[in-house]
Amino acid sequence: MVRFVLPVALVALWFASTAAGWVKPYQLASPGAVASELGTLFASGQLQSDVWASVERVAIGFACAFVLALVLGSLAGSTRAARLAIDPTLQAIRAVPSLAWVPLILIWLGIGEPAKIVLVAIGAFFPIYVSIVSGIEGIDRKLLEVARVLDTGRLKLIAQVMVPATLPQLLIGARLGLTQAWLFLVAAELLAASRGLGFLLTDGQQLSRTDEVLVAILLFALCGKLTDMGMYALERRLTGWADTATA
Amino acid sequence: MIAVALAGLRKAFGGHDVFAGLELTVLERETLAILGPSGSGKSTLLRCIAGLETPDEGSVAVNGEVGYVFQEPRLFPWLDVEGNVAFAARTPQERARVAEVIELVGLTGAAKRLPKQLSGGMAQRAGLARALVRNPKILLLDEPLAALDALKRLELQAAIRDIVRLTHATAVLVTHDVNEALYLADRVVVLGGHPATIVQSQVRNGVPPIDRDEILRALGVRLDAGESARGEAI
Ligand SMILES: Nc1ncnc2c1ncn2[C@@H]1O[C@H](COP(=O)(O)OP(=O)(O)O)[C@@H](O)[C@H]1O
Ligand SMILES: [Mg+2]
Repeated sequence: MVRFVLPVALVALWFASTAAGWVKPYQLASPGAVASELGTLFASGQLQSDVWASVERVAIGFACAFVLALVLGSLAGSTRAARLAIDPTLQAIRAVPSLAWVPLILIWLGIGEPAKIVLVAIGAFFPIYVSIVSGIEGIDRKLLEVARVLDTGRLKLIAQVMVPATLPQLLIGARLGLTQAWLFLVAAELLAASRGLGFLLTDGQQLSRTDEVLVAILLFALCGKLTDMGMYALERRLTGWADTATA
Repeated sequence: MIAVALAGLRKAFGGHDVFAGLELTVLERETLAILGPSGSGKSTLLRCIAGLETPDEGSVAVNGEVGYVFQEPRLFPWLDVEGNVAFAARTPQERARVAEVIELVGLTGAAKRLPKQLSGGMAQRAGLARALVRNPKILLLDEPLAALDALKRLELQAAIRDIVRLTHATAVLVTHDVNEALYLADRVVVLGGHPATIVQSQVRNGVPPIDRDEILRALGVRLDAGESARGEAI
């Protein structure tokens, strides 16, 4: 019960302050106004189109980052030489706060879809890459020795030992990466977009429509939460064998 | 007739010789127990036989398929018991043996359990089944029961003895438990010294008959302190 006290109190305060006129609608829209704006956007189809635009960018950017991180992470994790060739460079790039790349990306790619997707991918890439490398490094040497004493072939070793052993780390990285992807999507869409939840944000801001801004914020929260729950469910399903406190 | 022959075996770690010219022969179908203080090189010896360590000098001849049981079960946590045992199977015949060896170690009811759902004794049985699935001629066991409580240990000792008899395997068992060695082995050797050599070797049914006190003395147990020293696992 106690977990509901604060949210209910906040919503009640929101209700009261807007109904009593303590704050003006251009400062903070009332819950009723937000709900009706939600209805209007849904009826016109703009809501669906904006949500879809954002989801699409996150999905494509995340997928690109995932594949690239998988390839580079596996390489860096597999041999010392590959690690030396790849890792220091990536760590150096990682040291740059990712949003600092924005001007270059805009100069190179303009303000279209590719720039947004690249930005999302940059955000998602590093958590996934880092977790794969540390996952491979963290594989239990004793289990590798079991494979060795059984003369396990290279393919079987990778598919049946390395991959499952790395999976828990990989999934944790992927979940972090997905959170980062949404974060970078907001940045990308705030810069320039004619569709998407970020566009709804800037549009609302320019028109001083706080109801529209709040709708966008709610939808961001919802999308982020839903994809995170999906990732978590996947994690539980694929790594239920792990002997951890939550399992 | 000879299952394992180590000749002039030298193995060093970081300039420190664990063995320098060790000789050891294991006969076919023999169960050899290796005793020795910890750090004397028992595991290194087994690992050299299994090919997990490369000797610096000397030769290791192994005549037949080897099965290895580690001190910890070392099961793949993402595979159930059946999957762990099947991991070692290479041929259809070996895959067909999976259920059989699981039954042999008494785990049929737990075949679908994950390692995290097994007790220590069950996990060790699963590790034993995995080593057995290839029907190895030589079974290497590195203190497989050390982590178990006394009753479970007795139970598994009996299981190992039956399995070794049933499969006609040659067994090399490292243990720190003198009673276990005497119960299971046809021959007991004691490793000692730096670099390690065989400081004591006794054969069951040999002449003279096996002498427990001699083995204990070779391990550095002081028997003049009275009867209390007897029967202690070292
Ligand atoms: N991989 C290794 N690297 C360095 N030293 C090792 C390694 N393996 C074993 N040793 C050393 O070799 C000696 C024998 O070890 P081990 O065979 O494990 O003894 P035991 O099994 O009889 O307890 C010990 O001094 C140990 O520290
Ligand atoms: Mg040892």
